[in-house]
Amino acid sequence: MDIIQVNNLVKKYDGLVAVDGISFSVAPGEIFGLLGPNGAGKTTTLEIIETLRLKSSGEVSVCGFSIDAQPNEIKKRIGVQLQAAGYYPNITLAEQLRLFAGLYSKQVNVVEMLSLVGLQDKVSAKYKELSGGQKQRFSVCTTLINDPQVVFLDEPTTGLDPQARRNLWELIRSIRQRGTTVVITTHYMDEAERLCDRVAIMEKGKIIAQDTPERLIDRLVESGFERKKEVKKASLEDVFLSLTGHEWRDE
Amino acid sequence: MQSKKPVYSQWGAMLAISKASFRSMLRSPSAIIFGLLFPLVFIVVFGFINPSNVKFDVTIDQRSDTTGELYAALKSNSSLRFRTVEDGQQEERLQKGRIDAILFLQTNPENQEEVVVTTSKASRERANIVEALIQEVVSSVNSRRLDVLFKTTPDSLRISSAQRYAMKTALIPGREYKTIDFILPGQLGFSILSAGVFGTAFVFFSLRQTLVLKRFFATPIKRPFIILGEALSRVTFQLLGSLMIILIGHFVFEFTLVEGGWTVVKLLLFAAIGQLVFMGFGFVVSGIARNESTIPPIANMITLPQFLLCGTFFPIDAFPSWLQAISRILPLTYLNDSFRRIAFEGAPLLDLLPQLGVIGLWGVLVFFLAVRFFRWE
Repeated sequence: MDIIQVNNLVKKYDGLVAVDGISFSVAPGEIFGLLGPNGAGKTTTLEIIETLRLKSSGEVSVCGFSIDAQPNEIKKRIGVQLQAAGYYPNITLAEQLRLFAGLYSKQVNVVEMLSLVGLQDKVSAKYKELSGGQKQRFSVCTTLINDPQVVFLDEPTTGLDPQARRNLWELIRSIRQRGTTVVITTHYMDEAERLCDRVAIMEKGKIIAQDTPERLIDRLVESGFERKKEVKKASLEDVFLSLTGHEWRDE
Repeated sequence: MQSKKPVYSQWGAMLAISKASFRSMLRSPSAIIFGLLFPLVFIVVFGFINPSNVKFDVTIDQRSDTTGELYAALKSNSSLRFRTVEDGQQEERLQKGRIDAILFLQTNPENQEEVVVTTSKASRERANIVEALIQEVVSSVNSRRLDVLFKTTPDSLRISSAQRYAMKTALIPGREYKTIDFILPGQLGFSILSAGVFGTAFVFFSLRQTLVLKRFFATPIKRPFIILGEALSRVTFQLLGSLMIILIGHFVFEFTLVEGGWTVVKLLLFAAIGQLVFMGFGFVVSGIARNESTIPPIANMITLPQFLLCGTFFPIDAFPSWLQAISRILPLTYLNDSFRRIAFEGAPLLDLLPQLGVIGLWGVLVFFLAVRFFRWE
């Protein structure tokens, strides 16, 4: 059974249609990408599924619970990373995690949790002292506290350098290894291509394509598409990474 | 995955927020500065500078003989303020506590100048002080006369106190009402007001703005528990601050705690009640403010008038009556008044029901507004 089912979802903001009757489903254990340009409705869609925003119409169920009937049952079973989440000021990462543990009624070993995302040395650091990549990894860490069935990551790699992005991909893959379903939004297509099992492409509130990256590409090629420039065996990013190293580093 | 039914505790979640918020406050300079340092600085400054400027209102019984030396001495005492009250209304005013004593000056059968002091139960402690004050005037006039006219002793002065409203007849030398006894309760009230309004407004505004609240919403905690958690930590923090102010005041500046530890408990109880009500103002402000820079002006509109008008620095009776009318509407007046009555007079809690009633009415009004204006996102 699908872990997320979205049926004919509509969200209107006084006159403006942000999400226009979309349907899709996510299978347990997959990494599902919601792609699209800024303003396509990705975040709105995600926040409705996360029970943070009310829908205008349509049906959504997560882990077998309807978002209308049992939002709190859903909240207990999902982990949410917001695009620009804030954390309580003036407290350390360990204290943040204890706070979230309390919010989920869970007992956690904070050092263990932090080492899941490679931040075991930052137990007594404050969130604002972290680098961009560390902040995102900490954010992901807070989504794992309740041992969720699904985690939602909203543009987790935006603004990160190539090393930090790769590092985060590894983290996301490791979450999936634990058996957790991942729903991610991004506007980097290379990221989606490497990371996602299936993607849905949104544009102006509608889903205009939905399949595995592989098949979407094949279909385009079959239709006679050709890249204008000859493909070289390496990209500038490969050059950058081979010069600066794959290793992700803390500044 | 988890097959067992997870047991979720809203109270546990609430406590987790309280803990985080409390830690955060302990590390936030502004919370310490406004909650603790400012009141202490004011207490120190006013404790040292200001000699007692508390005045007592007295009126002269119309039948009095006002030609004597004693009348002149009383009249020139700077702590006594003479009020003209129409004949029939003197006792009524006294009973209502509008004046502190009626003075009747006469020459008694032994040909002594005598002042009969009538005070009321309405303000027992003030009565004690006013009697002590007059006693002091009388004895200084006596001794001056003895000095000048050594043995002649024409007519020594005598004071007697008639007690009409179940007051002790004997002249008790009033408990010394020190400046700190006036200043400290005012500072306590003001620190509670400013922490309640500014602290709450800023914290909820910034938790909303930085999406901390939104992140909380993604967890199973229910919204009222988020507010309860914050409220609990802020009240705890403020009570600790108040306790420190009271203890420093007591041990360094001899702030009067009439019933000792029990007085402290009563003070803290009122501090907590005041804090809860004033937090409501903070919620309203955080809801109205469009951005961070509009918080201080709006919060000042609430705190400044109360700072000036509610007996924080100056006694309310120093104001003209139209201004006093405003003072008597504002909640801080009643909190300050309660603190003073508890600390200096040892007022039992039941006697403070009127004060509590006004503070409670404000609570209802403010939380009604808070529910209307509070914004979560």
